[in-house]
Amino acid sequence: MSLRVLVIAWKELLQLRRDRLTLSMMVLLPLIQLLLFGYAINNDVRHVPTVVFDQDRSAESRDLWRSMEITTFYDVLGEVRSYDEIARALRSGKAKAALVVSPDYASNLRRGRTATVQLVVDGTDPQSVASATSTLASLVSARSARLSTARLEAKGGVTGTTPIELRENTWYNPDLRTAVYIVPGIVGVILTMTMVMLTSMAIARERERGTLEQLIVSPVKQLELVIGKIAPYVVIGYVQMTLILLVGQVVFSVPFVGSPLLLYGLAFLFISANLALGLFFSTLAKTQQQAMQMSFFFLLPNVLLSGFAFPFEGMPRFAQYIAQLLPLTHFLRILRGIVLKGADFRDLAPELLWLVALLVAWVLLSSLRFSKKLE
Amino acid sequence: MTDAASVDAPLIIETERLAKRFGELVAVRDVSLRVRRGEIFGVLGPNGAGKSTTIRMLCGILEPSSGTGKVVGRDLRTEAEQIKERIGYMTQRFSLYEDLTVAENLSFYAGIYGVPRRIRRQRIDQVIERSGLGARRRQLAGTLSGGWKQRVALASSTIHEPPLLFLDEPTAGVDPVSRRDFWDQIHRIASEGTTVLLTTHYMDEAERCHRLAFIFRGELLDTGTPEQIVERRRLRAVEFDVDRATLAADALRRCPEVDEVAHYGHLLRLATRGGADPEAVARAVLGPLGIELRNLRSARVTVEDAFVSMVREDERLRAEPRAA
Repeated sequence: MSLRVLVIAWKELLQLRRDRLTLSMMVLLPLIQLLLFGYAINNDVRHVPTVVFDQDRSAESRDLWRSMEITTFYDVLGEVRSYDEIARALRSGKAKAALVVSPDYASNLRRGRTATVQLVVDGTDPQSVASATSTLASLVSARSARLSTARLEAKGGVTGTTPIELRENTWYNPDLRTAVYIVPGIVGVILTMTMVMLTSMAIARERERGTLEQLIVSPVKQLELVIGKIAPYVVIGYVQMTLILLVGQVVFSVPFVGSPLLLYGLAFLFISANLALGLFFSTLAKTQQQAMQMSFFFLLPNVLLSGFAFPFEGMPRFAQYIAQLLPLTHFLRILRGIVLKGADFRDLAPELLWLVALLVAWVLLSSLRFSKKLE
Repeated sequence: MTDAASVDAPLIIETERLAKRFGELVAVRDVSLRVRRGEIFGVLGPNGAGKSTTIRMLCGILEPSSGTGKVVGRDLRTEAEQIKERIGYMTQRFSLYEDLTVAENLSFYAGIYGVPRRIRRQRIDQVIERSGLGARRRQLAGTLSGGWKQRVALASSTIHEPPLLFLDEPTAGVDPVSRRDFWDQIHRIASEGTTVLLTTHYMDEAERCHRLAFIFRGELLDTGTPEQIVERRRLRAVEFDVDRATLAADALRRCPEVDEVAHYGHLLRLATRGGADPEAVARAVLGPLGIELRNLRSARVTVEDAFVSMVREDERLRAEPRAA
């Protein structure tokens, strides 16, 4: 009996050796997981993109935001001139936080009164918010304590007033509810998963069963075949998106602030990009099983790197570069921008360009491979 | 064959030195074929001989490396798309959509082949009735037995009533009874004026074709009616019973006039080439060995004999230069 077990195990190994794809996935999957989880995923958010609205424009105020930058927790992208511009930076996802220095900051400090600074944060990403505010809070309190001591030494008396006060102001998701952050993300993840998996499997199925060959010998044009096959999934994608957003609104009270029309329009690009990707996988996969494996393999970095599960700012540079190549990264910004912050077309133009570029790249790549495969 | 296409029927396939190379490999070389309207034309050859490659070129899926050809009056090189619309093609492993019903499968292919919507229903009813699929119309294709699946497959590839139908090993893996049914259908289709070109491994099927072509190592070795092909080989055959059949067969095979010895239990079937008298050869070889021939009778020379003979001859010709 034990010998037979060995015989079967040996045969299994032989088959596995022939199945390069499964084999390489078995090796790569744990490696990539390890790298992503251990290295790329970092909940201590650093480099929060920040804009500064310095109404005071004094040496003291500049000193404050310079010291803020030195902590490496904030990347000061530049100065803005109004709350409107802050809103624009947050809506487009360019900045996650904004430091607002009141116009009388320096004079208050000099006169021994309380000077106020305000930190506006984007509440749609609660994890980033927590990191962003706590760092600035300790920075401000340390600075404040130092000033207090200085004042005490100078006057020899008790002043009673705090030199600097930090006011936190969370926009878009003031209660920092996780559902608000997660629900739009789920739209993106589910769309990625189903679109890539369904298309790659739908074509692999035809190949596996031999019906693809029958279609190739028919007068059907390659383009007709591809579009005909994936068009139903576009509809399915829209149904999924609508369903998740509706349930999110009803069950989790996730608001929908922006324009549904804009979201549905931009979603078309995202869905198409994923379908093209699925098409590409289908040219690599010989069987449905392989198509399924590849889709899962692809899903992993999407979940981990796109900003769905972990803050984008928490990742090291190389992981961010990889993430830029995933359509989901850009669509998540679009989703959160429109659904939660009411972003408009202009705010989202950079993400839109990324999506178009990725779409074109994948369509070209998969159509090249697809026609080769048909010969 | 009563319904054989007449010799002056117009040509539906006409190729001149058609060839296909894949890099170094020459899959098909200089195939010149003429197929007449209404014929059942069989293409024979071992696996990898170039049959499928030839068919794929004739269907306009594969561009020939050299040579020219016309299929259904359209040029192979420049009008491939128009050829695709005018032919039916049942691939080697024709598969139905198992999760669709018989009628849905037919309707899908009717749409793919551009059968106008207004006559689609009527056309489907027609093929369902003719193929005896009436009771199975709403059955899922996946639940049909092999023979029935094949009927649906044949119905699907003729739903647009093409003048020319390609069948690539249509009966591989089909049980003998279904194969007979299938051939009845092919003859019916041909009698209605459709030309059928098919590839097969079964020699009994080859004899059911009006005309045959032998393809071996990518070359066309012979074409003609089954009778012509057999005659051209100048083979004669006898059958007899012997004891020590293996010994007898080995002795016979060493004789230069012997083309083929086949073994059926105690029965040996001997074919000789070059018009040599098989009975005389058998007696001359087996007599000295003391092997007695019983129940000796002359046998019909089949297409299979001709086919084996041709392949063996080709092998001998290739072996000789190396030996010398």
